[in-house]
Amino acid sequence: MIAEAGLAALWIAAAMALLQLLGGALGLMKGREAAAAIVAPAAIVQAGFALLSFFLLIAVFVRSDMSVLLVAANSHSMKPMIYKVAGTWGNHEGSMLLWVTILSLSGATIALFEKKLRADTRLATLAAQAAIALGFYAFLLFASNPFARITGVLDGAGLNPLLQDPGLAFHPPTLYAGYVGMSAAFSFAVGALVTRNVSPDFARAMRPWILGAWIFLTIGITAGSYWAYYTLGWGGWWFWDPVENASLMPWLAATALLHSVTVLATRDGLRAWTIMLSVLAFSMSMVGTFLVRSGILTSVHSFAVDPERGVFILALLAIYIGGALALFAMRVSTVVEGNRFDMVSREAALVINNLLLSVILVVVLAGTLYPLILESLTGGKISVGAPFFNAMAGPIAVIMMVLLAAGPLLRWRSDRPRMVLDRMAVAILAAAIMLLTLAVFARGIGLLPLLGLVAAALVGVASLAPLWKRKLTRTPLFTLGMVMAHLGCAVSMAGMACDAAFTAENMVSMKANETSQVGPYSVTLLGVRETPGPNYQALEAVLSVRKGTGEPWQMVPQLHQFTDPPMTTNQAAIKTFWNGQLYLVVGENTDGTNFVMRMWWKPFVTLIWLGGILIALGGALSLLGRLQRDIWSARWPWGADKEATA
Amino acid sequence: MKRKLILWVPFGLCAALFIAFFIGLKNPADHVIASKMVGQPLPEFDAAPGIPGQPGAATRDFKDGKPRLLNIFASWCVPCVQEIPMLIRLKDAGAEIDGLAVHDTTPDLQAFLARNGNPYTRIGLDSAGKAQIAFGSAGVPETFVVDGQGKIIYQHIGVVTEEDMPKLMAMLGARP
Repeated sequence: MIAEAGLAALWIAAAMALLQLLGGALGLMKGREAAAAIVAPAAIVQAGFALLSFFLLIAVFVRSDMSVLLVAANSHSMKPMIYKVAGTWGNHEGSMLLWVTILSLSGATIALFEKKLRADTRLATLAAQAAIALGFYAFLLFASNPFARITGVLDGAGLNPLLQDPGLAFHPPTLYAGYVGMSAAFSFAVGALVTRNVSPDFARAMRPWILGAWIFLTIGITAGSYWAYYTLGWGGWWFWDPVENASLMPWLAATALLHSVTVLATRDGLRAWTIMLSVLAFSMSMVGTFLVRSGILTSVHSFAVDPERGVFILALLAIYIGGALALFAMRVSTVVEGNRFDMVSREAALVINNLLLSVILVVVLAGTLYPLILESLTGGKISVGAPFFNAMAGPIAVIMMVLLAAGPLLRWRSDRPRMVLDRMAVAILAAAIMLLTLAVFARGIGLLPLLGLVAAALVGVASLAPLWKRKLTRTPLFTLGMVMAHLGCAVSMAGMACDAAFTAENMVSMKANETSQVGPYSVTLLGVRETPGPNYQALEAVLSVRKGTGEPWQMVPQLHQFTDPPMTTNQAAIKTFWNGQLYLVVGENTDGTNFVMRMWWKPFVTLIWLGGILIALGGALSLLGRLQRDIWSARWPWGADKEATA
Repeated sequence: MKRKLILWVPFGLCAALFIAFFIGLKNPADHVIASKMVGQPLPEFDAAPGIPGQPGAATRDFKDGKPRLLNIFASWCVPCVQEIPMLIRLKDAGAEIDGLAVHDTTPDLQAFLARNGNPYTRIGLDSAGKAQIAFGSAGVPETFVVDGQGKIIYQHIGVVTEEDMPKLMAMLGARP
């Protein structure tokens, strides 16, 4: 019964989306304004039913109802509770349901809280949101019904071993919240084009939504990177896998958007560009979803898929993205150009930042899709891989960092280069000291890591400069947020450069009681034992590790051998120190007594994720600052339609 | 008017992309192309050993009268993992298989082979990707069959799959 109720809730939600779309479209016509009244309530009710449907699917998983096909195919009655719940979205249908649920929730949030926007633009925005939701409801109901029944199954097939990790509980929902949150920016842009309202007010209304989605995206990517780092056992933190790239591309577009929307809000410039980026950010999210869900590219993220579904999603994408771009082409020429600015000004720095972000985006997009394009021309599946991406994106990222150091210290509209250099004096000094230190103590670390560390020092100091001579308590929260996010970039880049430059790696074949060295640590293999896990056989190596002549401690990396499906996964043993991580992996048994051990000493690698967290926190502070100011000026954000000014 | 045309560029690019996606979805299978390399002598290359304990690969190794398979791969290449079991089956059936690892390093290669298995008799390391260019290879993985006199008789772009096995078995004189 629960499954049928869930399906019914999904149908009602779809009907509400239709109502919301029709109400919005009619409401924009002359003489039919009354229809507009239905739109906001429909959005809220739609979200309620989508949420209900999603919770009912979770309930089906929790009860291990094996008469539901999805549960039988992806769950198992003996699975721990957390994986039963998380397993709900560890598969194609469930994750698509999560996707539309978040979409409808963001629509409802706009309906409830967005009062700054002009009424007709808000109406068009909600109608656009409904149009997107409707397509994905259709996809769920007609091509991916999560509640389909099956008979005669006694127990489930289980969940992919790689997904049986607490990471599954958090990584997809945060990432999806980010992906789908971008739909708000997309709908805002469509709404603004339809009602010809591209203005600073519009930008101010849109900004918190972009910030919110961007924060989730940042957290999702950071968490995903760490998850891959510790479960895949390759010691890497980013693999340029198509699906990783699919999450990076919307983030790049959203980061550019975040900065251009500020120019629009503050200086009324970059109107067309901001609209373009809004469309692009969500388009990249949908392309990401398509790449994951269609199985068109070979990736560690692919679930079992059939091409029919791929064609369905592709058709939806063509309608939404193609429609938005066509609307852009037709309407944007009627958008009056915004204010102009000098070559040396904060606007100019933001424009260059936008261009560089776009270049990285194009590089990542090209590298991800090149195999696909080649395949459609020649029919072969290939991969361009990390060397291409690192060589192309690395240098641009370093250039961007230098700009990031200068940008916040520039004045709006016009500035003098001399003054900027003055303001950056301390930061330049820090970068010079870093360069000298590295030149003396760390020769031969490679050009890119060297530049990365120097740029990180530059940005690390320069990012704090906006706080110079300011009382911390009287600094606006969004300025603090910006400072923290930029500092996060420096921290993260320092981590990446340290990982590339100073990682010590050792791969040896070891017998019991043999000792090997990695970085400052010596690792002794005490023995290897087999222990049965709940649904796998574990081979664990007991290692005794010590630094110099200090106290030894034990680390126990494991190799999990699953039989159904047959698969081996690594459980790396990781120990975190203040200055880095020791990462140990046990590999195959070569001849009975020898075991392949792979060990890394990764100085300061944790900075990569710490930086990501700082960036997200900075975003959160900014958002808080914006909302606080809105509440300040409007007293009560969901009260009377009072125009807010930031 | 010109400005208006420029505004349609994003739409055009997006349309082109979707057409490529659509073709990609519709034609998943056909991995065989008429190659310019087929019938040509194997390009000159001499790659140092990729891992200690196994010889490197060079053009001269392909003239011993026995047909050999040359697999261009890399440890960072995700699809390459997929075809290793196929290559191992070919090897177990008696085929001679050599590898050329591009843009790679010895530790990465060792880990890759330890993880996925090692079907290769010789492994050359082409760290700068020079040999790959000589082969006119567009990416990894790619597979060539050389006839024993140093002439290429078959080129396969992309992952070797189940369907390609009978043909490869026959060309390499292997018995399944």
